[in-house]
Amino acid sequence: MEARNPSRPAMGGGLRITQGTFSYLPDLSDEQILAQIQYGVDKGWAVSIEFTDDPHPRNVYWGMWGMPMFDIRDAVAALREVQRCREAFPAHYVRVSLYDPGLTRQTTALQFIVNRPAREPGFRLDRQEAQDRVIRYRLHPYAGERPPGERYRDDHG
Amino acid sequence: MFVEREPVPQRSRWASGVIPYKQMGYWRPDYEPEETDVLAVFRITPQPGVEPEEAAAAVAGESSTATWTVVWTDRLTAHDNYRGKAYRIDPVPSTGLPQYLAYIAYKLDLFEEGSIPNMASSIIGNVFGFKAVRALRLEDLRIPKEYVKTFQGPPHGIVMEREILNKYGRPLLGATTKPKLGLSPRNYGRVVYEGLRGGLDFVKDDENMNSQPFNRWRDRYLYCMEAVHRAMAETGEVKGHYLNVTAATMEEMYERAEFAKELGSVIIMIDLTAGFTAMASMSRWARANGMLLHLHRAGHATYTRQKNHGVSFRVLAKWCRLLGVDHMHAGTVVGKLEGDPASVKGYYDTLREDVVRRDLACGIFFDQDWCHLPGVMPVASGGIHAGQMHQLLHYLGEDVVLQFGGGTIGHPMGIAAGATANRVALEVMIQARNEGHEVLREGPEILRRAASWSPELRAALDVWGDVTFEFEPTDVPDTVGVPTPVAF
Repeated sequence: MEARNPSRPAMGGGLRITQGTFSYLPDLSDEQILAQIQYGVDKGWAVSIEFTDDPHPRNVYWGMWGMPMFDIRDAVAALREVQRCREAFPAHYVRVSLYDPGLTRQTTALQFIVNRPAREPGFRLDRQEAQDRVIRYRLHPYAGERPPGERYRDDHG
Repeated sequence: MFVEREPVPQRSRWASGVIPYKQMGYWRPDYEPEETDVLAVFRITPQPGVEPEEAAAAVAGESSTATWTVVWTDRLTAHDNYRGKAYRIDPVPSTGLPQYLAYIAYKLDLFEEGSIPNMASSIIGNVFGFKAVRALRLEDLRIPKEYVKTFQGPPHGIVMEREILNKYGRPLLGATTKPKLGLSPRNYGRVVYEGLRGGLDFVKDDENMNSQPFNRWRDRYLYCMEAVHRAMAETGEVKGHYLNVTAATMEEMYERAEFAKELGSVIIMIDLTAGFTAMASMSRWARANGMLLHLHRAGHATYTRQKNHGVSFRVLAKWCRLLGVDHMHAGTVVGKLEGDPASVKGYYDTLREDVVRRDLACGIFFDQDWCHLPGVMPVASGGIHAGQMHQLLHYLGEDVVLQFGGGTIGHPMGIAAGATANRVALEVMIQARNEGHEVLREGPEILRRAASWSPELRAALDVWGDVTFEFEPTDVPDTVGVPTPVAF
């Protein structure tokens, strides 16, 4: 897998959304993904795999690929689920979430994207003029112009 | 009709006249502090000829009920309840005048619930000018749980902030616009746009950027929010700019904050110079309006820096966590602010942790239980650059905002490239740490390897390399300091 520097335009046009902890690095290899999952497993965090084709930054609830794995000890098993999710949704964003249920935390501890559509068309910034120079902004994802499941239909590989 | 009585016998506690504070009940070595007491530790340098017990008793007295002479009205009260009690004195090694650490206990009902101005006026409002004390420093405070629970605390706290931003597992990245003053609102917005689109999570107003003739607040907010939204559209990430709402009056602060909210900002900032009451009011507003609240500790060093006199920063950090801010500048260790790693660790623990244990090596004098009050995100700002990322991660941890003003805007390839360099350096260091590498030792090599595929990072390392910056006031343009060897 070639390294894609996020500061350069993405191959094939569009942009690379930089959500997640490692989006400014070249796409992680399976070995690197495994190491990150192992880090979380060693800390007793739960592993969750999620997918979406809605790239809006306020999209919080991605689809859950099965239940979160709370009792996992073997990171390889989690990596297998990552691969299965990627096979099932090759043209979706897939991410790994590591969740810390500890007191005063109870939140996501680490989260990174492990699969992307080949082409990410990005967002249009809509401006609605209000009074004087006030603008009401809205992020319009181009992918959202198609229904769910068809958004990156032509864009896997 | 006033009846003249027999004068009270000599040496009675209640005979009119002046008696030493330690005889008035303020020096109580027999006193066992209660769980509900507020405890203070003062570093006292008595005037020559003043005994430490008397100095400590005077501090205890003058920060509670005393005045310089006996008053009969004391007897209208359950006076022992209201007296501050100096219960312990430890001598401190000192090359100059003798110095002592005096521990003083205050009963809980000396204080108004939920009021930092009252806590401050009570403990530091009177004693620092006291003639018998040559120098005085409030080193630390223990706030009992019952008192902690009367405060709102941070409007959102570390966990909620990350969930608002949807950013986990790494420090947040910021920068202050440069130059500090002079940019027009439109030019200012350009700096914000470039920094955010290149990879920063936040850019910020500086503490002195309020609403000057060359850059009025309303115009600045409009351009900054255009920049923020442009950058969000280009990255698909939540971005923010700390809009400084500090103003001359509370009414104007509310007006500015409301406009920031109308424009869709996720965060506003205030300066410490606004005062504790304004800060608490803004904190209440920030929680009610879903806005993150950043505090710039403007002016703190006038009284937190000198070891022998003033108020330690850790006390200020406690007050700000109670009254409630989401961000607070707290030191960088490797940047240009003084602050050895141990003291800074003490500050960071005070802001972030739920239970902080007494640890004199870090300057923590008391166990402090925060009763699950959310943590404050510490902010490291001042003279730091991408080449120090391994040290920053090692000393400061993950729940921190790293702000690289000059280290972004001074990049030879431009502001966005500077932002990208910082973001790449940060992510690669987090990745390496999680993989089990010792980042403090291997950091330079990790950065070099990343520079082989990131031209932005390569250029940043070429320009700044392993230079560390001499101390300057926070957030000034880069200066080349004394090169020091990189951590081995």
